[in-house]
Amino acid sequence: MTQTEALKEYLLRLADSDLILSQRLCELCGKAPAVEEEMALMNVALDLVGQARNWYQYAAEQIDDGRDADKLAFRRDAHNYRNLLLTEQPNEDYAVTMGRQFFFDVWHYFTLKSLTESSDERIAGIAAKAVKEATYHLRRSSEWVKRLGDGTEESHQRMQEAVDILWRFTGELITPDDTDRVLAEAGIGPDPDQLANDWRGMVNEVLTQATLTPGPDDAWMYMGGKHGEHTEHLGFILAEMQFLQRAYPDATTW
Amino acid sequence: MPQLGDSDSRSAVDILIASDRVPANARPDLLTEVDIWALLDEVKDPEVPAVSVVELGIIRAVRWDGIELSVDVTPTYSGCPATELIEELITEALRAAGFRDPKINQVLIPAWTTDWITGEGKAKLRAFGIAPPEGSSSKMSLLGAPEVIACPHCGSKDTERVSEFGSTACKALYRCKECLEPFDYFKCI
Repeated sequence: MTQTEALKEYLLRLADSDLILSQRLCELCGKAPAVEEEMALMNVALDLVGQARNWYQYAAEQIDDGRDADKLAFRRDAHNYRNLLLTEQPNEDYAVTMGRQFFFDVWHYFTLKSLTESSDERIAGIAAKAVKEATYHLRRSSEWVKRLGDGTEESHQRMQEAVDILWRFTGELITPDDTDRVLAEAGIGPDPDQLANDWRGMVNEVLTQATLTPGPDDAWMYMGGKHGEHTEHLGFILAEMQFLQRAYPDATTW
Repeated sequence: MPQLGDSDSRSAVDILIASDRVPANARPDLLTEVDIWALLDEVKDPEVPAVSVVELGIIRAVRWDGIELSVDVTPTYSGCPATELIEELITEALRAAGFRDPKINQVLIPAWTTDWITGEGKAKLRAFGIAPPEGSSSKMSLLGAPEVIACPHCGSKDTERVSEFGSTACKALYRCKECLEPFDYFKCI
């Protein structure tokens, strides 16, 4: 795999993960458990869609086949999507919503932090902006995990169930493949070992404070998202998200 | 000092036609960068109309490239929906001042920080009922406790955070326990 191929692939992973999680959060618009929570969820979703756009724009320039950011987002099918499987998992109850957010935010924060020092200036610039936002996201989601985990008997039980349900999708966040390794060696992407250590360290710290038990180290992990092998959920997300652009391709006025 | 005829992309006739349509003052020899900064200071943030785009610190540079004016703007947040509108408002203000085709560049590096909001900008935010960012963004801790934010209405420091996210991406929601009024806090990033 060449460095250019790896870069295109990696930019799509960043963009797709941001966009799909954003879309999931937007499903809660008008349905969140409290108005403050709704504003927070939509703010996070907005940050993510803005970051996705920045990554897509750069990806479009690198891919350079005439597709722009919108076409990459709205005219690719599930098998071409490169998002982490975690991001496409359903909202379920609030424990799952915030658990998913927490596992993602820890990965996102350390990934972006590392990318601010990328040898690729464009990546470093987008990451420098995005990491400030991800810091806020992580502060919020870790507070929720602690509050629910160390809360009532029921909230603890449900938060623990959320951790158990989501754990099988977390391995993908910190298991590198060729793309990750090529970019790490080029100084463009994060060092995979460092990322994995940072992720485990913070997740364990917060889960301990939340009186929650992480999944086993040798748990079976689902890892296909980065290569386009998705859970059944992604197709439904895309069907809804891409409907307008598919029904009226190239429309200039909606 | 660049001259009118210097532009290689435009014919002399083109420039004559252009000068017919727009006031003749939009030229580097007549309008200095200081004048342009003053002009941009009239453009308000559409979501927080109390402060101008200059006070907000999102105008990073103003340059003459020959007879073309170029303005560097940086977004506050990646997903800030006002970014495009702000760019349009800046273009509109410059056109009204006689610039035929001002160029707006979006720059991401270095990333915008609330440290760039001017002192005057912070005072105006407070007068508008929005508590300005406290402290320096570089000293923010990742999982630290929220800072003490003074109520913009009564000045009391006995306030509490209702939500880290408010009505726009750049604000958090607070409540004053002294005067009991809710207020927005411009987040420190």
